Amino acid sequence: MSNLFLTTKEQIADTHTLDVYRSKLQGYKGLEKALTMAKEAVVEEVKKSNLRGRGGAGFPTGMKWSFMPKDPKHPDGTLKPKYLVCNADEGEPGTFKDRLLLNRYPHMLIEGMVVAAHGIGASRGWIYVRGEFCKEIEILQKALDEAYKSGYLGKNIMGKGFDFELSIYRGAGAYICGEETALLNSLEGKRGEPRLKPPFPAMVGAFGMPTCVNNVETFCAVVGIIRDGAEGFAKVGTERSGGTRLFCVSGHVEKPGVYELPLNISLSDLIAHCGGVKDGKKLKAVIPGGASAPMLTADEIDVAMDFDSLMKAGTMSGSGGVIVMDETVCIVEAAARLLKFYEHESCGQCSQCREGSHWLARLFHRLESGEGETKDLDTIARLCSNMAGQTICAFADAVTGPALSSLKKFRKEFEAHITQGCCPLKRPGQKSPHFLEHHNHVTL
Amino acid sequence: MIVCETTKSKMEAIRSQFPTEQALLLPLLHEIQRKEGWISEGAMSEAAAFLHLPLAKVKEVVTFYTMYNRKPVGKYHIQVCTNIACFLRGSDQILECFEKKLGISCGETTADRKFTLSEVECLAACGTAPVMQVNDDYHENLDLKACQAFIDQLS
Repeated sequence: MSNLFLTTKEQIADTHTLDVYRSKLQGYKGLEKALTMAKEAVVEEVKKSNLRGRGGAGFPTGMKWSFMPKDPKHPDGTLKPKYLVCNADEGEPGTFKDRLLLNRYPHMLIEGMVVAAHGIGASRGWIYVRGEFCKEIEILQKALDEAYKSGYLGKNIMGKGFDFELSIYRGAGAYICGEETALLNSLEGKRGEPRLKPPFPAMVGAFGMPTCVNNVETFCAVVGIIRDGAEGFAKVGTERSGGTRLFCVSGHVEKPGVYELPLNISLSDLIAHCGGVKDGKKLKAVIPGGASAPMLTADEIDVAMDFDSLMKAGTMSGSGGVIVMDETVCIVEAAARLLKFYEHESCGQCSQCREGSHWLARLFHRLESGEGETKDLDTIARLCSNMAGQTICAFADAVTGPALSSLKKFRKEFEAHITQGCCPLKRPGQKSPHFLEHHNHVTL
Repeated sequence: MIVCETTKSKMEAIRSQFPTEQALLLPLLHEIQRKEGWISEGAMSEAAAFLHLPLAKVKEVVTFYTMYNRKPVGKYHIQVCTNIACFLRGSDQILECFEKKLGISCGETTADRKFTLSEVECLAACGTAPVMQVNDDYHENLDLKACQAFIDQLS
């Protein structure tokens, strides 16, 4: 049996159309089977597959589904509707798999969502797509129209008496909306500010109703799990992280791109799979799970890419975005770039995060431009300890990922910037000129 | 009228997708920007009136999301990603090339209102970095030659 659950070995043309999806990819066979199964059996099957959320947190999908209340009621005794939301607000730097799925397999996402809706008893769903994905939204809308026309959405789906309505909601450019409660606020037409939990979305979600939110890849993985059974999926990967995942490899590799591989592949094998480090250069560092994942050094890449192994290695599997950096990269500059991103994207709700991400960006910029002092390094650690775990959502924790790991693992490089007054990897005076224009020097 | 009859009927058509009227705010703002190119103060007032929302609720949303332009942009809005993956593949040089070629700094619009140059965060296309988005379209695997040719072709 092939170890591919989401993609195919040879690329097939026009898989975004219903015709090809049905004729070449067993399209909607999973849904057909799911609708003959009891709701509980669907959730049970997903639990057995050991599928863990592909958005970032890696929470077991079946368990998340089982948190949805069975028959939630309004105070007056009438039933509350249950909602299902797909998080297609792909924005974690280094991650670009959902874009591929939306482009090539929109029907797989729809099928996975209807299966999930049946499992949790949802009557309506939305696919929250990042606003920049104009082409993807167009493709997805066509697929939705086809699915409605062919009876895979709407009333009495496939003649099995199940109703489910599904539509697209377009985001408008905010990284934080990838956080599920921020996404729900955005879906309600509000600022995308994360909500305090509890209550969790399973109790109070979109428009105050019980809601389940999953990532694009998670829904797509569900299709094969239901169609072919959980065993095949669970067999691949590790005991606690079933299946394959779409690894997004970018930066200094020969062949960047999206690769579907078992979760137990090692980081070194993954890099080799992508043709190795670009131009035969030496590896310096890797961010293994999207920008928020702490960096690994070249000596630390003998680690499996599953959720637990990476956590043990002090980093995380996150969104599957693997960013490879070769020996020419100034780690201080790379970290400064990431912190500038976090400064820009902090929603500003919690002071620790709003102020912390701002000062970290300034500190890293100052260090990068050779104007930092040794005490700045302690200030970074102090700022980070005031951020992680102190805020409404995990954004502040994410900021400390690149900040602390770069400093801890490449401290010598930071110190060299301070003692030499410039980047040791560049000619003196050669700084990233553009970056300077936007960040005037400040004294802390 | 910025929120014209066509816009209103487009919103009516999707109204049943949401339990609340407020959920139409983002789609409405997208529609306004598609037509007008940006979201003016007047547009915000009209959107607020149409959705029965206080103006503040509209303003706080417009200012939260980076895709809503709060001033007019050029015919071609060039948005260059400079986040980590694009940075590793030379996005700073791409941005610099546009600045030189267009004679403007990042964040500015050319005098003929043809081009606006912006820096954006990750566009989720890191495998084909460096990347830019011009209006609705992605341009991937950029190099300096492609950027120069792009401007020459539109100038």
